[in-house]
Amino acid sequence: MQNTFIYDGSFNGLLTAIFEIYELKIKNVRIVAKHYYEASFFEEYHEVITNEEKANRVWKAVIKYGKPIDAHLIYRCFLSEINGIEQNLFNYIKILISKKQSIAKDYGQADVFHLAEVNKKIGREKHRMDAFVRFRKTKDNIYFASISPDFNVLPLLEKHFQKRYADQLWCIYDICRNYGLYYDLNSVKIVHFDLPENILNTSDEIFQKEEIQYQKLWKNYFESTNIKARANQKLHEQHVPRRYWKYLSEKNLLNW
Amino acid sequence: MDYDRIKEKLNILADAAKYDVSCSSSGSNRKNKNGLGNSSGTGICHSYTPDGRCISLLKILLTNHCIYDCAYCVTRKSNDIKRAAFKVQEVVDLTINFYRRNFIEGLFLSSGIFKSPDHTMERLIRVAKKLREEESFNGYIHLKSIPGASDELMYEAGLYADRLSVNIEIPTREGLKLLAPDKDRKDFLKPMKKVRNEIDKYKSEKKIIKSTPTYAPAGQSTQMIVGATQETDAEVMYTATYLYKKYNMKRVYYSGYIPISYDSRLPAIGTEVPMMRENRLYQTDWLLRFYGFSIEELLNKEHPNLESDIDPKLSWALRNLHLFPIDINKADKQLLARVPGLGMKSVYKILSGRRYRKLGWEHLKKMGVALNRSKYFITCSSRYFETKDYTPQQIKQRILSEGHSKYQKTLSNQLNLFG
Repeated sequence: MQNTFIYDGSFNGLLTAIFEIYELKIKNVRIVAKHYYEASFFEEYHEVITNEEKANRVWKAVIKYGKPIDAHLIYRCFLSEINGIEQNLFNYIKILISKKQSIAKDYGQADVFHLAEVNKKIGREKHRMDAFVRFRKTKDNIYFASISPDFNVLPLLEKHFQKRYADQLWCIYDICRNYGLYYDLNSVKIVHFDLPENILNTSDEIFQKEEIQYQKLWKNYFESTNIKARANQKLHEQHVPRRYWKYLSEKNLLNW
Repeated sequence: MDYDRIKEKLNILADAAKYDVSCSSSGSNRKNKNGLGNSSGTGICHSYTPDGRCISLLKILLTNHCIYDCAYCVTRKSNDIKRAAFKVQEVVDLTINFYRRNFIEGLFLSSGIFKSPDHTMERLIRVAKKLREEESFNGYIHLKSIPGASDELMYEAGLYADRLSVNIEIPTREGLKLLAPDKDRKDFLKPMKKVRNEIDKYKSEKKIIKSTPTYAPAGQSTQMIVGATQETDAEVMYTATYLYKKYNMKRVYYSGYIPISYDSRLPAIGTEVPMMRENRLYQTDWLLRFYGFSIEELLNKEHPNLESDIDPKLSWALRNLHLFPIDINKADKQLLARVPGLGMKSVYKILSGRRYRKLGWEHLKKMGVALNRSKYFITCSSRYFETKDYTPQQIKQRILSEGHSKYQKTLSNQLNLFG
């Protein structure tokens, strides 16, 4: 009979689940996030209560036996939120603990290869966000950007934007997951807002008057710098997939 | 600010600057010191135009007024187009406002030559200086070295810019004489030489005195137009190799000529842009810089032009079949890099993968190593491999019949028989 461990969807929750599987010495397990769980008759399920201490012990083992690259890989792949990634992560940690050395580059192992592929996707998405975030200046002088990345990469963006825009207030908000990063010139905090529905329009109520002018200039530049004789729409859409267009002022600026 | 006027200028001056293909914003190392922006290591492409090229810098001319009359250039004196000029402060404001909104990585400022080369260069430097000193801007700045600018100005430019570039445009001396009779090759090479010397000097001084001011940390680059004159691929690539070696170029860009003039010395308007050829030249450039090939192996008297239907590495391998097959479980990095179809990423994957176990076809496939070309040139830990002795022509036919090039239409008609 399969044993299913249901955790709350947090990283510590997953690590707690792994701790408990080790503690109870249970074989044939499945770890599943609460929001993906569908009950089945042929399994026994355990609900995991997230426990920081237990999570820390697993994480310490990862750091002890692996290199930083292993820890990064595990955390970043967790952010993918792919249904079933927990199984790969659990297997990875199991192998890591039994081999007592970094396995991040052992691509011959199916789980390692799979996670490396997922990690590549995460990296791509993170890099896309570095590129596609478009700040708009609000009346409170905050440079505000809304995004909805395929994966939960917002935590990975903090460092880059904090370094680059150290002298301006900024906020990057993940509309899908409903949380954002806000930088107040000292540190970055996690924030939750109720955003107005028309946030994608640059209305005078929220944004500065000059804001729309800069967006127009940008769109104008975007069009002027294109070489028509070399048109290559396929390549264009490969680099800037359509699902991101609604957040890009050069692609999505209406009524002017 | 008069946004409509700025918009008009931006239209004209971005349109005129777009033929400069350099877009890179990488290779510099400028940290943010209590100001705005940084540029470190890898660049970021913030958007892509519908022609598929990346936008990473605000690429504009300061002005498109020009005293020269180079046939291949849109801003040539005799061309009847709208002219405009930015004020220094306008460029600074645009750059800062675009940068703060995360539209760009920095500024790429070029210019038509007005009054004199020194006068133009001095104006470009003023923009960069203002950005660095008044706006404490640490983003990327790429300045054009104006052919014929004095050494003093070139020195100053490097203090504010991350990258400097001067485009030699026409690969051969004869071509330059034909299309740009007022220009002399020496004028292009002089600023290049000054910048190289300063970079070398900076590097050696930096080792002793840590506070040496940075000088053009992302090096210098240049560009050549291909397809405007009758030059061969060998001429283009030998010139490029010379520039890489002699002037320590970070990059040489190849830009397929886009017909913009009814001048009889040039391809007529409507002629297709030689994008395929451009692609093959870039592949050759990469083989020279990252794959350990020497130019004589790829292009020589017997083979002055690259094959258009297959990539240059495959083409080289087919001429040198006696060196293959190689065993991917034993061969060293340099040899692996020479296998057609294996990029450096695959090479590194193989190198780290084979530390754990002997690699067979299945492992290679799982790692994502492309086998369609490489399988004819390698053996691995498996009893199955290509045992037949194919002739180079047979291998080529087999590879071509498996793949579909997006340039199929522009390739020779012969292929249609198989397609």
